[in-house]
Amino acid sequence: MGSGGRLTGNRLQGVVGGRRGCNGAEELARAGACEVTGEWKSRSPVKTGLPLWMLGLGADLLWADMNRLLAFLFHQGVLDEQFLQLQQLQDETSPNFVSEVVNIYFHESEKLLRNLRGLLMEREFSDYKKMGIHLNQLMGSSSSIGAKRVTNVCLAFRAATEHNNRPGCLRALEMLEHEYCYLKNKLHELFQIEQQRALAAGVRYPVQNN
Amino acid sequence: MDSHQLTALVVGDDRMLRIIHGKMLNSVGVKNQVVQNGKEAIHLHLSAQTFDLILIDMDMPIMNGIQAIKELRSLGICSIIVGVSARCMESHIQEFMEARLDDYFEKPLNIAKLTSFIHKI
Repeated sequence: MGSGGRLTGNRLQGVVGGRRGCNGAEELARAGACEVTGEWKSRSPVKTGLPLWMLGLGADLLWADMNRLLAFLFHQGVLDEQFLQLQQLQDETSPNFVSEVVNIYFHESEKLLRNLRGLLMEREFSDYKKMGIHLNQLMGSSSSIGAKRVTNVCLAFRAATEHNNRPGCLRALEMLEHEYCYLKNKLHELFQIEQQRALAAGVRYPVQNN
Repeated sequence: MDSHQLTALVVGDDRMLRIIHGKMLNSVGVKNQVVQNGKEAIHLHLSAQTFDLILIDMDMPIMNGIQAIKELRSLGICSIIVGVSARCMESHIQEFMEARLDDYFEKPLNIAKLTSFIHKI
């Protein structure tokens, strides 16, 4: 994420397809967010025959795309202010801090999710304490990157383990896997836009062939 | 005390949290080292290294934070020990205090919590 990646009122009022005034869910929907599923889709680049990054305008448009996606994720409760903490920690000495940390989170979380599923699928499952340990780890790391919805599902899951409620745990696990996948897809999308923006920002003039 | 004079040890088995907590301490000017578990923290102290502050994850599955703190205190370690936990219910707080933890934070730790705590040192 760039060093100016914090959400501010000004950023939320960026240009959306040439129109000023990004004012929340309605605008996000026009920008490509699906009202029913909440899916967000990037706008297509302007068709000029040249790759967007070569136009030198790409960086600004991609910056706006990034901020819209972030605003959407905050609005949907997928992320919370802890994600901004990570962005604050990113600097010249660690320019990819956010993506590196989040990629470690994905790697570790998938192990924990596999462990949880493995435990629950055991025929004679009864080790709710072990499940609680995995959940505490997942909850701690999810809350530390600002993954709000994942954290909330972990809370509900933990409550089910404390009541030795296996059906409740199974339902919570399904929900957790769903929320985790959604988060992962959206963050990958965010990092992709950021990569494209960084490329575009490095190009100020169209490439000339001599 | 100026935070730039402080040294800290970050103890935690979660690699991501070690990185985040280490970076947070760096951002407020606290030099720090990072270890993966309570045993490594104890080894460091046995090799005569000392730290002003020990930031320890209470949720480590192998040697949990409580056990690690009890061992550190039994070695006579007087550093300020702060626990970070995914849950801070009354029963857990009681356990933390009995282990002679100086303070605790519920995860997630953020720069504001860390800064306000360091100013108290």
